Amino acid sequence: MENKKHIIGYNAYIIVWLSLLALTAITVSVAGIHLGDYTLLIAMFIAAIKSALVINIFMHIKFDEPIFKVFLALSGLTLLIIFVLTFFDFIYR
Amino acid sequence: MNHNSVAGNENNHTAAHVHRDDVGAKLGMWLFLFTEVLLFGGMFLAYAVYRYQYPDQFRIAAMELNTGIGTLNTVILLTSSLTVALSIAAIQKKNKFLSILMLSLTVVFALMFMVNKYFEWMAKIDHGIFPGSEELLGRPNGQILFFGLYYVMTGLHGLHVFIGVIVLLFMLYFLIKNDITPDNYTKLENAGLYWHLVDLIWIFLFPLFYLIQ
Repeated sequence: MENKKHIIGYNAYIIVWLSLLALTAITVSVAGIHLGDYTLLIAMFIAAIKSALVINIFMHIKFDEPIFKVFLALSGLTLLIIFVLTFFDFIYR
Repeated sequence: MNHNSVAGNENNHTAAHVHRDDVGAKLGMWLFLFTEVLLFGGMFLAYAVYRYQYPDQFRIAAMELNTGIGTLNTVILLTSSLTVALSIAAIQKKNKFLSILMLSLTVVFALMFMVNKYFEWMAKIDHGIFPGSEELLGRPNGQILFFGLYYVMTGLHGLHVFIGVIVLLFMLYFLIKNDITPDNYTKLENAGLYWHLVDLIWIFLFPLFYLIQ
């Protein structure tokens, strides 16, 4: 078998897990402070960092073939287009 | 690309030739996950539009959710994502025992998540807050929409957790039966991908429902 699998060590996974817990603690404490409109923005920014960690390391995307990244980009783009078009319709109707 | 051809018996070329395409199998799983992203994406879209329309009522309604239980469930789900990833790493390193242990822990965390969810929903229902209830229908539109979205989105997510438990239990059975081995663990990887998606969706559900001040 000439299969070059990239195996991630236990430690890398545990570091990612600790970072996810730390980010959860941050997002919960930030929600307690009154920052007005920025609260949602910060919460979504932290959620985006957390998902990037899960997708890249836990879901192995960083080490998989480029075609997986293309799939991921396509689904993200589709979702973005649907959101943008809907909000254009909703706000300017 | 990475075709894995495993010849059954080197001395006997007429023996069964097992053809495997691990990359193809994973690509298929990702394709399925994208349909899931679109399913939940539609709901997040409905949430976004209604939150934009009723920001104050969403805030008032969200105050009633238990941030403590939400945070606990986030920690549980993130930890279950770790254990399923460790389970895959363990079988890659030929440690079957650790792999089984980590996969079992994942199932335990998933069940803990469901138990918390049950108590959380029951507390709300005891207070008369559920779709179509007199208490809820007496409130402004924004709050009815908030709790409607809450029940549908966390409910569909919970259904995914439940299906995930069944899938993980099958993987546990395959591991024990040596159907998942250090040379052939794509099934486990795909189950892991599904479980991580459940985690990913929760990463967004949590701040959107529990952390509105």
